[in-house]
Parts: sequence; structure tokens; C-alpha cells
Amino acid sequence: MPVAASAIYFLNLRGDVLINRTYRDDVGGNMVDAFRTHIMQTKELGNCPVRQIGGCSFVYMRISNVYIVIVVSSNANVACGFKFVVEAVALFKSYFGGAFDEDAIRNNFVLIYELLDEIMDFGYPQNLSPEILKLYITQEGVRSPFSSKPKDKPVPNATLQVTGAVGWRREGLSYKKNEVFLDIVESVNLLMSSKGNVLRCDVTGKVLMKCFLSGMPDLKLGLNDKIGLEKESEMKSRPAKSGKTIELDDVTFHQCVNLTRFNSEKTVSFVPPDGEFELMKYRITEGVNLPFRVLPTIKELGRTRMEVNVKVKSVFGAKMFALGVVVKIPVPKQTAKTNFQVTTGRAKYNPSIDCLVWKIRKFPGQTESTLSAEIELISTMGEKKSWTRPPIQMEFQVPMFTASGLRVRFLKVWEKSGYNTVEWVRYITKAGSYEIRC
Amino acid sequence: MSGHDSKYFSTTKKGEIPELKEELNSQYKDKRKDAVKKVIAAMTVGKDVSSLFTDVVNCMQTENLELKKLVYLYLINYAKSQPDLAILAVNTFVKDSQDPNPLIRALAVRTMGCIRVDKITEYLCDPLQKCLKDDDPYVRKTAAICVAKLFDINAELVEDRGFLEALKDLISDNNPMVVANAVAALAEIQENSTSPIFEINSTTLTKLLTALNECTEWGQVFILDALSRYKAADPREAENIVERVTPRLQHANCAVVLSAVKMILQQMELITSTDVIRNLCKKMAPPLVTLLSAEPEIQYVALRNINLIVQKRPTILAHEIKVFFCKYNDPIYVKMEKLEIMIKLASDRNIDQVLLEFKEYATEVDVDFVRKAVRAIGRCAIKLERAAERCISVLLELIKIKVNYVVQEAIIVIKDIFRRYPNTYESIIATLCESLDTLDEPEAKASMIWIIGEYAERIDNADELLESFLESFPEEPAQVQLQLLTATVKLFLKKPTEGPQQMIQVVLNNATMETDNPDLRDRAYIYWRLLSTDPEAAKDVVLAEKPVITDDSNQLDPSLLDELLTNISTLSSVYHKPPEAFVTRLKTTAQKTEDEDFAEGSEAGYSSSNPVDSAASPPATTGNIPQPAGRQPAPTPAAPAPVPDLLGDLMGLDNAAIVPVDEPATPSGPPLPVVVPASTGQGLQISAQLSRRDGQVFYSMLFENNSQAVLDGFMIQFNKNTFGLAAAGPLQIPPLHPGTSARTMLPMVLFQNLSPGPPSSLLQVAVKNNQQPVWYFTDKIILHALFGEDGRMERGTFLETWRSLPDSNEVQREFPGITITSVESTIDLLTAFNMFFIAKRKNGNQDVIYLSAKVPRDVPFLIELTAMVGQPGLKCAVKTPTPEIAPLFFEAIELLFKA
Repeated sequence: MPVAASAIYFLNLRGDVLINRTYRDDVGGNMVDAFRTHIMQTKELGNCPVRQIGGCSFVYMRISNVYIVIVVSSNANVACGFKFVVEAVALFKSYFGGAFDEDAIRNNFVLIYELLDEIMDFGYPQNLSPEILKLYITQEGVRSPFSSKPKDKPVPNATLQVTGAVGWRREGLSYKKNEVFLDIVESVNLLMSSKGNVLRCDVTGKVLMKCFLSGMPDLKLGLNDKIGLEKESEMKSRPAKSGKTIELDDVTFHQCVNLTRFNSEKTVSFVPPDGEFELMKYRITEGVNLPFRVLPTIKELGRTRMEVNVKVKSVFGAKMFALGVVVKIPVPKQTAKTNFQVTTGRAKYNPSIDCLVWKIRKFPGQTESTLSAEIELISTMGEKKSWTRPPIQMEFQVPMFTASGLRVRFLKVWEKSGYNTVEWVRYITKAGSYEIRC
Repeated sequence: MSGHDSKYFSTTKKGEIPELKEELNSQYKDKRKDAVKKVIAAMTVGKDVSSLFTDVVNCMQTENLELKKLVYLYLINYAKSQPDLAILAVNTFVKDSQDPNPLIRALAVRTMGCIRVDKITEYLCDPLQKCLKDDDPYVRKTAAICVAKLFDINAELVEDRGFLEALKDLISDNNPMVVANAVAALAEIQENSTSPIFEINSTTLTKLLTALNECTEWGQVFILDALSRYKAADPREAENIVERVTPRLQHANCAVVLSAVKMILQQMELITSTDVIRNLCKKMAPPLVTLLSAEPEIQYVALRNINLIVQKRPTILAHEIKVFFCKYNDPIYVKMEKLEIMIKLASDRNIDQVLLEFKEYATEVDVDFVRKAVRAIGRCAIKLERAAERCISVLLELIKIKVNYVVQEAIIVIKDIFRRYPNTYESIIATLCESLDTLDEPEAKASMIWIIGEYAERIDNADELLESFLESFPEEPAQVQLQLLTATVKLFLKKPTEGPQQMIQVVLNNATMETDNPDLRDRAYIYWRLLSTDPEAAKDVVLAEKPVITDDSNQLDPSLLDELLTNISTLSSVYHKPPEAFVTRLKTTAQKTEDEDFAEGSEAGYSSSNPVDSAASPPATTGNIPQPAGRQPAPTPAAPAPVPDLLGDLMGLDNAAIVPVDEPATPSGPPLPVVVPASTGQGLQISAQLSRRDGQVFYSMLFENNSQAVLDGFMIQFNKNTFGLAAAGPLQIPPLHPGTSARTMLPMVLFQNLSPGPPSSLLQVAVKNNQQPVWYFTDKIILHALFGEDGRMERGTFLETWRSLPDSNEVQREFPGITITSVESTIDLLTAFNMFFIAKRKNGNQDVIYLSAKVPRDVPFLIELTAMVGQPGLKCAVKTPTPEIAPLFFEAIELLFKA
């Protein structure tokens, strides 16, 4: 049964109900007390996000300082439940301008009630597209580009839009200048052993799109991915062009993309929602270009001294540069004194996270930088507990670089009025979980 | 900029409700709207604003959609508590359902469906009928769900009014969202109905698969879930279905992906072509892996499902083990699940890499995770013969780190490795012995002792090692004692020298005389007999070759696995339990309230100990207490110690040494009333009754396991009750194997968790075990189990007490159905239950008997029974300082005489 929730509660960290909505009669109004006593007040809280107490199951997640708790008593679809919560939070955020926390809920409770009534009926999720809902659910809290419309007077065809086949775009949009912005954002996830072997490495990429297009345009996106190119050359019966092709492990698309067509023709064609959205996500594990190499040496000299040496090398093109590079080098809890030198940037010992934090604002390609530190430890009484040596973590952003090598080959826009569009493409690679064991 | 609704939460302290009332009736629109918002704010923080019902409903007739929605929200919350006033809203609802604005039409139908008040439901039918045929798809999609709501309230009405047919028509609607909601509604109705309502044939299948392309993401989930139970006619059809579903694997919504996977796996059962299957497996892997980049909670759901999928089709993710490597910052629940899957995917090809990972995890901070990582190494060793040696060397490296819990966990798994590969890796025993004195956990100790015993002939100082444990034998936990016993016997058989001989004397003495653990005692006696009758036979038995073990932990039974796979992405697949095991579909609301109150635990005041509640308790538990409880013929040896007797017979020996079992664990009393029948307890039958023995209140219980599984970890809890009855100790039930039963007498204490409110005989009990959901049942407190042995009174005191109590404290009841056959037998009967005879007299041809009794906390009960011997009719009068308990007393009298 695809029921996702019988009731949904928003609680603050103390367990007070901020707002709740019961969709079905099969759970009692006081079930949230059971959640408080059996989950919140025990150390079970972080142990498992799906728990059964008595005849009810609790499915919960924490977002900023709010617990969102779904209560069900049937064999509900949990994946659906969690996804609903994630989407609902995204929707609330888009309604009240970014933040989602206890204050935002209190300040917008009327709106939230109204939305909760609309986006789920009897436990079944309904349309959650902000784009469409904003047509007819408007409140003071709304930050909507359409706020010029008179309030309380719903758009006459709003209902058709909610249920329509293109349930994510309204008709009659018009822009003076038709523009599309494409952002390819990649996160590199790396786990490297202390000896420099890559244990796990993958890239998760997103294609973010911002559309300001009039009418009902049909778009088609071409990337330099292997399958797409092969299929194209096969259809046009001419040999594939040489050049780098990328093998995507997996692709998932926004609901606007015609999946059946992707499956048969391997083309990404869609009618985009208006404004900003995530068009697709992909994952690559083969042929990843790592932007940075990290070579750590950590020596424990006796009981009270340590020597840390970390060399970071940038291995992307010399003309490019990375921004906001942060290297977090873990040190033991009983660190007393640190003494270090860096060739670039600044380093600081941060005792609250037990790390040396080394920041480099701008890191040009094909260069290297070193940090060497001496660390004195408080000699502890009794048996020395072995230090677990958490991994070194790195953060960075490299504009105009894709770790996967993915490139946009074309973006075609068709609209019956035949206007011209301006297309902008940006690339950026960020660190996902970039960890080096030491 | 964001809203400023928080201002509505600020209260004006006193007179809030009257003030709101005034504002609600204001002539200004804005003021009314603000007032409604304040009411909703008060409702949100849990204040009772139901008294404003009429005033709020008056605001309902408005053009302002926002205000209307707020009023509707209020109605959903309070209509149930004010059913008579709710009717006031009906007119507006009906009117709204004909509004030109489709949003308002839909809103009216949607809200009416949420109000579960019979009077409103009656009026819902006509608007619903119209809305199902509305021109606007938004209204139709809302009406479709509303049919499911109505079915939940009144299934008959739905069938009578032909809503099911209307709903089926919507499957062919031209709007995909209407189709999706209709499918969801029909699937739900089918699930709760026994007659075939929504059967998918090949035409509907095609229709729905086409709709799939145009639906919203949620609609796709509804349709895929509904179709996943469809059985294709032949492999060809199955292949066709799969072909149309596979594109869904590319969807960004994890629920769509999982539902698609579920459907594909179902159809794969029918597909015969190995090429097609291989191809499908290849296609499913990437989307499953992608789920692991979602939010951690979604990852958890995905991992629990992948665990199932991997057991069914290991090939799908055989090459993807790396994606399950734990990240340092993964939440613990994700790490634990990843570890489980890594073990399942470990193979000769990737074991080196996997072992490096496990070793890394074993040095992390979280103790539970570290333990599991160590155990994982052991399980890999048992699973992969060729890798066993490498696993052991990793374990030895970990032991060298000397982190206490790592060492202990390592020893536990090494014991298993020894069992799996006997006579292969014993060279490491010396290393293990080094950490002997750091062991403090029972399981690790027991494992180490097992190793010493098993390899006693190779360990030079085995006797010394064992001896060091023997000193603390009586204090050790049962698990360790059992191992010590066996290990000592092994040692003796292998090295029958003087040292071990003395040791065995000590152990056997300890294990037979000083213990109250029947398992230990029995095992000791068997060894003793064996050794004294035929040491050679003992050798054959004790040192026999052991069967080879395999790693089957966390491997599900194939039929259960298949069932779980049909439930992918639901709670069932997360719990790894079939839906019946945790969904208690309670049809009666009465039972439901009871359940909820229990779940609240002890902190919520249990105020529902009124007669209504006890009447609503399950029929199996009330009013059938056929046996007078407490009738356990007190001091007679109710426990005939069957086990030692059996042993005596078996050995043909007179056993003077055997101590009688003195614990009240196995009395064979009269049959107890069944409180949880096997049919509702999933095979577990529980019978129970309060009783009294030797001045102590017990809860006699009988557990019968008719299920297929071993049940263990029994626990019991009593809800608050009038006398504050609670368990004095833990429930001691050994693991129950299928087909066996266990009896126990649980000592009870009084005045532990008193319930406020009027006295009631209701005793609500919850019993749980490790395998099943919690069972709740209701029993009766039988008052005569509580009457104290010190209830006897002197005649004078009796008279004095009688006089000192005001007449208002006297309560009378007539029992026309009870006949007294003789005065003496009556007195005997009542004395057996601590109601003591004071005097008797004749009043005409009637006999009058006076008795006294005492309930705990020294509350006297003065009893006067009047009856004509041989004639039906008994009059009973009691005088007591707490006349509220009298009804309970009458219940007891009725029970005693009826039996």
C-alpha cells in the first residue's frame, strides 16, 4: 500500500509539537508521546530512523532544529514517506525564502497547515511542485515571483495545471529575453588509504538549470556521454566522432524528462519547469580526474610528541585554480600545544573538532603546498589509549573543471513562436566526502 | 521576508476563550480572520478550543478561501468531539461542493471525508457522487481518494451507492493524476476487503502502464505498487511488462525507483531467458547504488532493501562492493547496514580489500560498530574457506592493539572459526591465552573456556588456566558456568590426572549442589552419571566430532524472503518481518484506545479504568475465570521435580544427592484461563491468572509455543491498576522451542503503580518476546487473591469495628443465582481464601454468617452472608472503610460460588 503517513508531526528538539496533521484515523492523537518517551528521551534517537513502538511505526528525520515524524500503523511505503518529507521541506523552503527551522514553522503555521492539506490526502502524497502550488496557495509569507497577481483569486486554470500532464509548468509564461543557465556541479568523493591507494572514488554530478523561457518550450540536451554519442551516430549512421567520451554509471532525471524516450533514443528531452530546478543527477566511477593529491606523514614520537607533515598537490590544469580549499588534519584530543609552518594559506588548531584547520583561499593548478607541524600532547595518566586516527578531510571548489570530464555538447530549444535563446553553461567541481586516511 | 504568524501564539492570559469568542463574532472580516488564526494557534499548542465550535463554524460561510480552509481544519480536529454541532456545517459543505470554483468543490469533499461523524457521512454521498463525475480533474482526483476514506468509515455505504463502479471508471480517465489516485484508492479498498474488487487483468495493466509515463512521481508509485502483485501469464508478458517499467529506474524519486525494482523482481521470477535476466540485473545495479547518495534515512531504507535483494539475486551487486564501504561520517545505522551487506558480498575476489576495510573500522570510535566489524571478519572467515587464514591474521593483529572489547569480540569469532575448521589454526591459541585475564564479558569468557577445553591436550597449562576460573565459579553467569563445566569434563577425559580429577569434583559439586539453574544442574548430573558408569562412553559423548557450522546468521528463510521482496520499500522490508507481524489491524475502536494508552507507558495518567473500558476488552479475556484462583493447594509439593526423577529412572539409580527443585517454576496447577489464544498470538498461547500462595501474590502463567519459531526474551509489564500490582522480578521463561510450553509463577508486589480513579478489577498486561510484537491483554484482579492471612478478627473487635463504621459504608448485593448447600462447606470454602469465620445465627429459616477479611494496607472487610440452605438466593452485605472496593468483592464472591 503506498500510504506514506497516517499523521505527521513537526517537533522541536525538546519534543514540543510545533504543528501536526492527522490524515488517518488509525493512529491516536497522543502517539507523539510514545515517540518522546521511547525515542527522544533515550539514546535510541540516532540509532535508527524507523522504529516500531506498540502498534505504530515512527519514521523520522531531523532537519535543522526540527524533527519531522511520520506515524503509521499500516505497512506503509517508507521510501515514499521519507521522500515526501524531503520534498515537503524543499517546498516549505521555497515558500518562506530559504530557512526551515522552528521559527520559520511558527511564523508560517497557517501556510503550513494549508500546504499540508494540499500536498497529502488521506496519506497519499499529491502534487508537491512549488511552481504549481504557488499559483493558488498564497500567503503573506510567500516569496513568489507571481505576487503581482491579486490574492484570493486563484488562477482560473490552476486545477488543470495541478493535474495536467505537464504538472510542473504553467502556461502563458512570457519573457523579454529568453535565457537558460546550465550549471554542471560535481562532487568528488574519495577515500584514499594512507599509502596513497584509492579505496573508493566516485563523482556525483548534478545538472542544475535555471530557465527563463516563454511559452511551452521543448528542450534537448546533449552531453559527451558514451551511450548518447553511440546512439546518435547509430541513428545518423555515421561513425562516432573521436574525442573523449564519458561513461555514466547511472543517471536519474527530474520528472519533466521523458524517460521512455531516454530509454529508447538516449536523448534527454523535456519541457522544463520555470525557474530553477535540478534536471539530472549522474554518477561516475571510471576515469575520475582527482583535483588534489594529499600525502600525509604522521609520526608519533613517544608519548607526548607528534610530527605531522601534509603535502597537497593540485593536479588540474595550470590555468585553473581552486577556491576555498580547507584541509582538516585530525590530532588527538589531548593536544596541548601546536607549532606549525605552511607554505601557503593559514593554519589554526581548532580544539572543538580536534583538528588542525588549514585554509588556502586560492590554489592554482599544478602547484603544491605543505604544512608541517609539531604537536605536543598532555601526558595522560595510566595506560595510553590508542588514538583512532580519523581521516584527513578536504573541502574545495574548482570552477570550470569537471572531475568526470563531462561537457555539454548542445542544448536545443524549440518553441512554436521560434524565439532565440541565450544559453549559459558553467562547470564547477566540489569536494564531496574527500577523505584520506592517515 | 517570511511570515509573522508567531504573533498568534502570544496569549492574553485570562479570559482568552471569551475574548476569542467576541472576536470571532466581530463584524469586521479581518478581525474574524485573525481570531480564527488565533484559535488554530491555540489548537496547535494543544489547548482545548472546542468550546468555540459554534462561533468558528459561523465563520465558515465566507468568500475568503484562506479563512475557509482554516475553519475546515478546525472542523477536522473537533467535529468528533462535537458531533451534534458538526451538523451545523453540513449545509455549507453541500453548498461548497457545488461552488463554481473547482478548488472549493474539491476542498469541501476532501474535508467532509476527513470528518468521521455519521451524520456528516450521510450527507457526503450525494456531493461525492457528483464530484466523481466532475468536469474538473482536480475535483475528480480528490473525490477518488474520498471514496477510500468513506470505505474506511462505512464500507457498506460505498458498495450500496455504487461508488466502487464509479471509481473503476476513473481508471480509464483521461487525466493521469485521476487515474493514479483511483488506483491508490482501489488498491487500498481491496486490501481491506475479502471480496474481489480490484483485480488487474491484462487490459487494465496496459492502461496503467501507459498512464505511468504521464503521472506525477507519486502517481507512478501508486501505480507500480498496485501492479507489483500482478502475475504475468507467461514469460513473454513478463518481459513486456519489465520492458515498460525499466525506464522508471532512472527517476530521481527514490520511491519510484524502489517500486520499479520491486515490480521487476516480481516479474523476473517468471522470465526464463538467462540473457534477459542477466541484462535486467545489470540494469538494476546502478539505480540501487545511486540510492546511496540520498539522505541518510533514505539510504537506510535502501540498504535494508538491498540486503533482501542481495540474498535473492547476489549477482546484481556482486561487483559493487566498494560502494558499501563506510564513510567516516555515515550515521551509525547506515554503517551497520553497510557492514551487513559487505559480508554478504564478500568473495574470494574482493576479500583482501574488504578485510582492509574491516580492520580500519575495528579501530573506530563507536563500540557497537567496532564489535560488528570484528564479528564481520569472523563471518567472512567462516564463509570463505580460502580467506580464513587471512581473516585470522587480521584478527590477531587486532588482538595486539589490546583494546579490551576488540579482544573479547575477536575471541568470540575465533571460537567459531575453530569450529568451522577444526585442527587447522590451533597454533594461535598461545596468543589468545595471553589476553585471558582481560576477559570480563560472559560470551568472550565462555568462548575462551570452550577453546581451552576443546584443545586441552595441546595447551600445556590447560588445567591451571581453567583452575583460575573455577575460583569464581558460583558468581559466574550461567553461560560461563556451563562452558566451565563442559571444559573441565573435557580436560579430565583428555588428561585424567590428579589435578583435573580434583577440579572435576569441585565443579560437579558446585554445579549440582550450589546452583539453582536447572540447565546447569541437569548437565552436571548427566556428566556425573556418565563418568561414574562408563568413562569410555563419556568420551564418545563429550569428545564426539562436532557437525560443521556455516555462516547462516542474518540469512532469511526463502519463503519469508520472497514475501519480503513483494513488500520492497515498505515498512515490512525495513523490519524484515512480514506485514502481519507488526500491523495489528484493529477494527474496533475500543481496542485501539487500549493499545494507545499502553504505548504511552506509565507516565500518562490512566484514567480509563471505567466500566466501559473493561467491557470493551477482548472477549476472550473477560469473565471466564472458571477456576478459583489461589487454590494452589498451598504447601503441598506442587513441584514434583520431574527432571531429576527422570534422570533417576534413566540411570536406574536412587538419587539421594538430588535436591528437590524448590523454585516455583514448574507447578502443575489447575488449567489457567486463556488470555491470549494461539490464533491471535501468532501461535503463542498465554494463559494466566492471579493466585495466592504462602501469603504471597503470584501471577500464574502458562506459555505454549505453537508457532514455528523459537521464542525467547520474554518480558512482562503491568499497566497501572487499582491495587498497583506489578511484577516483583523479571519474567523467567526459558527459550521456548516450537511445540513446547513453560509455566511460571511470577511473584507480584502491590502498590507499585497505582492508577488513580475509581477502583476497578481491570488488570492490563503486556507481554513481549524477541520474535513477536507486543501482546496486550486484559485480565481481572480477583480480590480473594489479595486477602491477607492476617484477616482473622476477634468477635469483640468485629462488633466494635462494625459499630464504628457509619451505615453509609455498608454495601449490599443479592445473588439470586447462588445456592448454598451447607453452612459448613461455605465456611470452609471461604476460609481457604482467607475470609475468616466470626459467627453465625439463624434468622427465621435463613442462615446468617459473619466473616472478616483484610485487603492489603490493612483495610478490613466485614462480611454478612444471608441465605436459605438449599434455596437459590444469597444476600451479601459488606461493611468496610473503603466501600468503593465492594463491587470487586462481589465479583469475587460470584466467582467463588459459581465455580
